[in-house]
Amino acid sequence: MNIVESAKFHRSGEPTAPLVDLSGVRQVYRKSDGSDLVVLDNVSLTIAGGEIVGLLGRSGSGKSTLLRIIAGLLPATAGTVRWCGKPVTGPCEGIAMVFQSFALFPWLTVLENVEIGLEALGVPAAERRRRAIEAIDLIGLDGFESAYPKELSGGMRQRVGFARALVVHPRLLLMDEPFSSLDVLTAETLRTDLIDLWSEGRLPIESILMVTHNIEEAVLMCDRILIISSTPGRIMAEIKVDLPHPRNRLDPVFRQIVDDIYSRITQRAPEKPGGASFAGAGIGMLLPHVSTNSLSGLMEALAAAPYHGKADLPDLAATLQMPADELFPIMETLQLLRFAEMAEGDAQLTDAGRHFVDLEIDGRKRLFAEHLVAYVPLAALIRRVLDERPSHRAPFMRFSEEVEDYMSEEDAEDTMRAIISWGRYAELFGYDEEARQFNLENPA
Amino acid sequence: MTMHHPAMETGRRGRYVPNLWDVFAFILLFGSLILIVHGGRETLVPLGTLDTSPISLDPAMLPEYALRTTLRMLEAAVFSLIFTFAVGALAAKSRRAEMVIIPLLDILQSVPVLGFLSFTVVGFMALFPGRVLGAELAVIFAIFTAQVWNMTFSFYQSLKTVPADLDEAARAFRLSAWQRFWRLEVPFAMPGLIWNTMMSMSGSWFFLVASEAITVGNTTITLPGIGSYVALALDQRNLAAIGWAVLAMLATILIYDQLLFRPLVAWGDKFRVELTAGGTEPRSWLLDAIHRTRLSQTILAPAGAALMSASRQPLRVPALLSPRARKTWSEAWGSVWMDRAWLTLVIIASAYALWLIASFVATELAWRDVADVTSLGLLTTLRVIVTVLLSTIIWVPIGVWIGLRPRVAERVQPLAQFLAAFPANLIFPFAVVAIVRLNASPDIWLTPLMMLGTQWYILFNVIAGASTFPNDLKEAAATFRIHGWDWWWKVMLPGIFPYYVTGAITASGAAWNTSIVAEIANWGQTTLVAHGLGAYITQATDAGDYPRLVLGIAVMSLLVVLFNRLLWRPLYAFASRRMRLD
Repeated sequence: MNIVESAKFHRSGEPTAPLVDLSGVRQVYRKSDGSDLVVLDNVSLTIAGGEIVGLLGRSGSGKSTLLRIIAGLLPATAGTVRWCGKPVTGPCEGIAMVFQSFALFPWLTVLENVEIGLEALGVPAAERRRRAIEAIDLIGLDGFESAYPKELSGGMRQRVGFARALVVHPRLLLMDEPFSSLDVLTAETLRTDLIDLWSEGRLPIESILMVTHNIEEAVLMCDRILIISSTPGRIMAEIKVDLPHPRNRLDPVFRQIVDDIYSRITQRAPEKPGGASFAGAGIGMLLPHVSTNSLSGLMEALAAAPYHGKADLPDLAATLQMPADELFPIMETLQLLRFAEMAEGDAQLTDAGRHFVDLEIDGRKRLFAEHLVAYVPLAALIRRVLDERPSHRAPFMRFSEEVEDYMSEEDAEDTMRAIISWGRYAELFGYDEEARQFNLENPA
Repeated sequence: MTMHHPAMETGRRGRYVPNLWDVFAFILLFGSLILIVHGGRETLVPLGTLDTSPISLDPAMLPEYALRTTLRMLEAAVFSLIFTFAVGALAAKSRRAEMVIIPLLDILQSVPVLGFLSFTVVGFMALFPGRVLGAELAVIFAIFTAQVWNMTFSFYQSLKTVPADLDEAARAFRLSAWQRFWRLEVPFAMPGLIWNTMMSMSGSWFFLVASEAITVGNTTITLPGIGSYVALALDQRNLAAIGWAVLAMLATILIYDQLLFRPLVAWGDKFRVELTAGGTEPRSWLLDAIHRTRLSQTILAPAGAALMSASRQPLRVPALLSPRARKTWSEAWGSVWMDRAWLTLVIIASAYALWLIASFVATELAWRDVADVTSLGLLTTLRVIVTVLLSTIIWVPIGVWIGLRPRVAERVQPLAQFLAAFPANLIFPFAVVAIVRLNASPDIWLTPLMMLGTQWYILFNVIAGASTFPNDLKEAAATFRIHGWDWWWKVMLPGIFPYYVTGAITASGAAWNTSIVAEIANWGQTTLVAHGLGAYITQATDAGDYPRLVLGIAVMSLLVVLFNRLLWRPLYAFASRRMRLD
């Protein structure tokens, strides 16, 4: 296993009990066919007072699930979850949450939205109003008290989300990708404002735990970053960031940490010979729904100047103005199809990849079809079954059920979508959505 | 430090300066209070007074009759709301209740509304012997059944689809179940509920008018109202009186729309979840007036504040048991054995009900009756199909023409909705007179009566569909020079199909219900009867023949269910899968 550098962070000698203490947490979903899907496996962590901790991982790595377990919104299948020394049985007092989608009540004004957490605590009306206005002031929303959320911009809405969480004076603030539905500039302003308030000690909270898939954001904000691996989610590494706030993205040490995390996240998993870190193998390989346009687009970008076939991944992500989270699945699909490979955080086109870029549309399709059959077992299976059947037709269920033996229904749906769109592009097989049936009608 | 907070100041009020709106508000408020008290007192008088002060055809009496009719409608709506909140919430929260309630509601909405009246009127009369109240309640109950099922469905659907993030926020901030219901679930359900309440109330004028004058066996009730006014006019062959009743009804629906629906819709708009401030906001002069007048603010605001503060209390069910005992209890309650016990209970209850029905119907009926009723049912089915088809052929092209012209649509759309609300049975007499004079066959010519009320649903849905048809698709069709037949089949019809299906479902439901009134018509001593299940049910009601009534209603409900399952649901699923434009 390439996992766990250090999964235990008990700071012996520290006098106060940790705020959060998780040990051996496991989360399993029962699939409809009765088999289990492990989302989190043996996760242990503690959160002490006075730190900002980041949970960094790919989408689908179970980091949001982990956050919800800590929030008491979701019971863990196994393991113990303690909040201030007591076992968690439901949402606890002293924890507040900020949501990716803001989760504001559209029918309440800004002021009423902020007050709602205090209503649950039974705080009297006058006191409620005073504290809400205090929080609104703190977070820079004065003048918007009587506005409804739909009148606000995304950034202002998320400020309401922060004010609503801070007003209850939580000991721990949980943040679930709080900046990822905002545009780049707005997100940066909000991050800086939050970090400023934190460094000045003006936030009525002890610690922050945030979930993110944005590596730079994690390095910018967190004192400690826990990297979560995908399927099943485990804590793969812990990275301490000791830089003082405010941090400078151009600082060489900062860049060093970002590069280090990039290569950890994209590093080859040695036990998987496919080269890519797809979960599963053979028919059970989980395929991301990546469009063939993105695949050829990325290959073309790699082949062109200034990269000429080889690029630093963070650099490439910046050039393409694409979050890393979106770049990874495309890159991995290219690796799977042997059109590109990864080494030390660098993406590199293979010979086949270079050849692909030079070809015309029909040639590209033929080459893509060859690689699809050779390296994606599911594609090969579908084509073989269609060839063997006299009718040259096979129902969707014939394959989706087989795929579902290896993964959740949702993932199976994605995998089937991916294989259909790749197969159609390669003219390897056709698919009739109405009849939910594969066929050999369209292909040449 | 001086801090200026607009929010802090909302609590303080300035000097009291009455304005013009206050005068209106004052008159309206007290006027309606007096009317309500007056109408309420009338229901407590002994039944005998109905005979001593019979319905009068004097048009001057119509405002009072209209008021009585309207009050019944409002009372039914209040009961419907209470039922909706209780039963809809129960179905959404309890898995076991859901298992029983949802299929039950589905069947209940297929039962013809007037069937409920025939069944329950005797029971309600027995509940309050000798008082008008019993008869009032029976009618209110019938109207309740015309409104409540789809309101409950709407509420249940909303509770089941509360957005996951809002649900998590409510839980993370530890709102109590009480706060959650009033602060999250009810507001979220509000737009759907308001829309369905409006639709149900519009649809139920028809039944209200039909049920005010009803005969079940030896019991004949004529409650003062527009419906009984029309019934008397029919009896006395007085066309002028019917004209007056139509006018009164038009005025009533118009006032209802202005004073109730528009303010409700304008107010409900703030509960929509879409976080974008787009489109035109619905407005209402009454709501604006309420917001502007100081008097209504000083009276209503404290009441509103009191209600709001009730919804804000963190009320919780006190924990009677220790945490451990609660855990054991909730485990036992959620166990498979409890499921099985519940299922057994449901099966036993159903078996008993089946036995009850069989023994009741079998006392007087033979298989021959079943065969007769079924063939009558098929005749009525044919009429419903013809009605929907004819309405489609006539109104789809017209609706598309109107919908594509925004300025025309703006004027016609409210009119179409208004016509859908208007109880068509008020204009039946004109058609009946024509049939009698021309000596036409009732079997054929009573069918268009069913169209009178139902066609508007198709019209206004098609207008809505055509007016939201995306402009770029229209332009694309134009640049590729798609004309004539191709334009209808490949561009417009698929574009409005989901709207059309919605309209056609409502229209066919209304057509079934209308058949009970439309297949049999009176003009003085002349009675026109078409062969059909509707007429059969009406005759069984008049004769007080309960076994045949049960059989007729059961067969009609069954036909409606089959019609829905075999035709409308697949079409609806197809429309929402293939032809959605968003």
